[in-house]
Amino acid sequence: MNIHEHQAKELLSSYGVTVPLGTVAFTPEEAGEAAASLMERTRGQMVLIKAQIHAGGRGKGRFREYPDAGLAGVNVVASGQTSLMRERMTELAEKMLGSTLVTVQTGPSGKVVNRVLLEAAADIAQELYVAIQLDRRIARPVLLASTEGGVEIEQVAAESPEKLHTEIIDPAVGIRAFQLRRLARRLGLSGKAAASYADLVENLVTAAGDLDTELLEINPLVINTSGQALALDAKLSFEDNALYRHPKIAELRDESEEEPAETLARKAGLNYVKLDGQIGCMVNGAGLAMATMDTVDHYGGSPANFLDVGGDTDEERVATGFRIITADPNVRGIFVNIFGGIVHCDVIAKGVLAATEQVGLSVPLVVRLEGTNVELGRRIIAESGLGVISATNMAEGARRIVELCR
Amino acid sequence: MSILCGRDTRLMIQGLGRAGRFHAGQIIAYGTEVVGGVHPRRAGETERFSGETDHSGVQGRRDSFSVDLPIFSGVAEAVDATGANASLIFVPPPAAADSIMEAAEAGVELIVCITEGIPVNDMVEAKRYLQSRPSRLIGPNCPGVITPGECKIGIMPGYIHARGRVGVISRSGTLTYEAVYQLTNLGLGQTTALGIGGDPVNGTSFVDALELFEADPATEGVLMIGEIGGPAEEEAADYVRSHMTKPVAGFIAGLTAPPGKRMGHAGAIISGGQGTAQSKIEAFRRAGIEIAATPSEMGVAMAAALGR
Repeated sequence: MNIHEHQAKELLSSYGVTVPLGTVAFTPEEAGEAAASLMERTRGQMVLIKAQIHAGGRGKGRFREYPDAGLAGVNVVASGQTSLMRERMTELAEKMLGSTLVTVQTGPSGKVVNRVLLEAAADIAQELYVAIQLDRRIARPVLLASTEGGVEIEQVAAESPEKLHTEIIDPAVGIRAFQLRRLARRLGLSGKAAASYADLVENLVTAAGDLDTELLEINPLVINTSGQALALDAKLSFEDNALYRHPKIAELRDESEEEPAETLARKAGLNYVKLDGQIGCMVNGAGLAMATMDTVDHYGGSPANFLDVGGDTDEERVATGFRIITADPNVRGIFVNIFGGIVHCDVIAKGVLAATEQVGLSVPLVVRLEGTNVELGRRIIAESGLGVISATNMAEGARRIVELCR
Repeated sequence: MSILCGRDTRLMIQGLGRAGRFHAGQIIAYGTEVVGGVHPRRAGETERFSGETDHSGVQGRRDSFSVDLPIFSGVAEAVDATGANASLIFVPPPAAADSIMEAAEAGVELIVCITEGIPVNDMVEAKRYLQSRPSRLIGPNCPGVITPGECKIGIMPGYIHARGRVGVISRSGTLTYEAVYQLTNLGLGQTTALGIGGDPVNGTSFVDALELFEADPATEGVLMIGEIGGPAEEEAADYVRSHMTKPVAGFIAGLTAPPGKRMGHAGAIISGGQGTAQSKIEAFRRAGIEIAATPSEMGVAMAAALGR
């Protein structure tokens, strides 16, 4: 689960991580007011307005509604006068709020901006990068740090791996002071900056552990002109399996950032991922579901979705899955692929038929059943009179549905 | 011969809720020697399992069974009383990692964890805890392990398996069933089939399992089923190239999976361009692994690798 930058900064700030002073705004008036107030509180003359969407690359992102206006996902206003600041920010927010921001990470369809963060600009001496995530090779979290603040970490890893520094976090003892000193040294920091950096990073490690983050990324982490380390941006994503022990964080979920069908499936306890093809797939088990999509693709079709109804699926889950698939207007055919092991095929067959009767079937449906009571299951499908096609294996089923959708 | 489990396995079960009880019944029906269960609040009680024997399992038994399984307060007590050397875990996610550590502390040789949804940080700790102990963990988030005709420790349907020549290793449940069934129908059968689980942090890896199959005299070839996410398949390919003398066939799921999206399994995600199906298929190919183009051809690919 992802959250917005302003939420991430609030959370990190509660762990003692220094962040710029900022306020979130949902209307142009709030934005103007917040900017004016920041100016007075910091006695500064520069305020940033940052679009809050669950995607990176905002600084270089452009709004679809304002292609030529030079309006980015992050903009800065400099003014010596509070009233002018208020006016300019209200104008900017008016354009940004409700408009669609397209960045390298949003894809061409972009994301609608529903909130903006107003933030006092920092006086930056140096821009760095730091992240905490799991290293699957060693089954431990690692700290990744580089001097290349503002650059995507994959790019640093590919182009200048010598600038990427790693420290392993031992779950038994956490991050140690010597590791933080070493990291600061490798980044070329000394004196007050090195100490401030080590403090901030230690707080990040504590937050990552406490909050069960999947990724904690500060890009950039800056050292300001007085040698203090600040998290200028913050990206937190949380591990879904651990959300049960963080109810406050679960409340931060912004469903407007999610694919509606995926939200619906999640609430029904189904694993669903929307894709842009035409053949709806309903499968039991994640591996088999991926393999089914691949097989549809192999025979020249394109899968409309990933849907895992669970290894031990039942009639009701099959019916819910059906409703989600048929609600997708791109779907021109459906392939149900179930390996019923413990669950009997006749039960699944009845579930599929019940669901088609409930939802109504306007596209071709191929069902492949394998497992206990397979003959009975296939007979139920064949005798239903609903025109459902029964396939004896996965390859045949995929081929049939691809043909039927041509 | 086989790996991990067989006739001398004495199994206990941690977590006897709805799923635990159902599968315990199936496992006993298959003919696995189940000696006890753990449930902190029901210590001293027994749980009765009775029903029809699954004749696809251990041969030469009566048509029905009735077993009164003793329940213990903890794993150490169960091991002391029964001599259990393997444990199967159905404990819900919040307490599952603790259950793994409890079994390891009690010296259980083989720990199989079925539970899906254990937080990563819990598994990082459990893995650290296991590091200094001799126990072997299979899973979590897996169907378990089976040596056909001898011992089933997991949730897989027994009847799709047959004793035979091939070792099966997989990150996915139902895709393993698909593969196993193809091997059975081709008359190749399995020595042992195990699911290593779909989570980003797990116990036994592909490499660990390959090593065991390479050393097992009955295993003539290995079928390996991987998927997107993480470096495990690439590591396995390196191992195959440098250490395996037996033929290996494989399949990788997720060629059509979009980057950055989790495909059902917690571990099945392409992140930062790493862990793509293409990269894994390439690694398999470089290691001389016979690749099944579609999942329907996994058995055939194994047959081809064995026939080379």
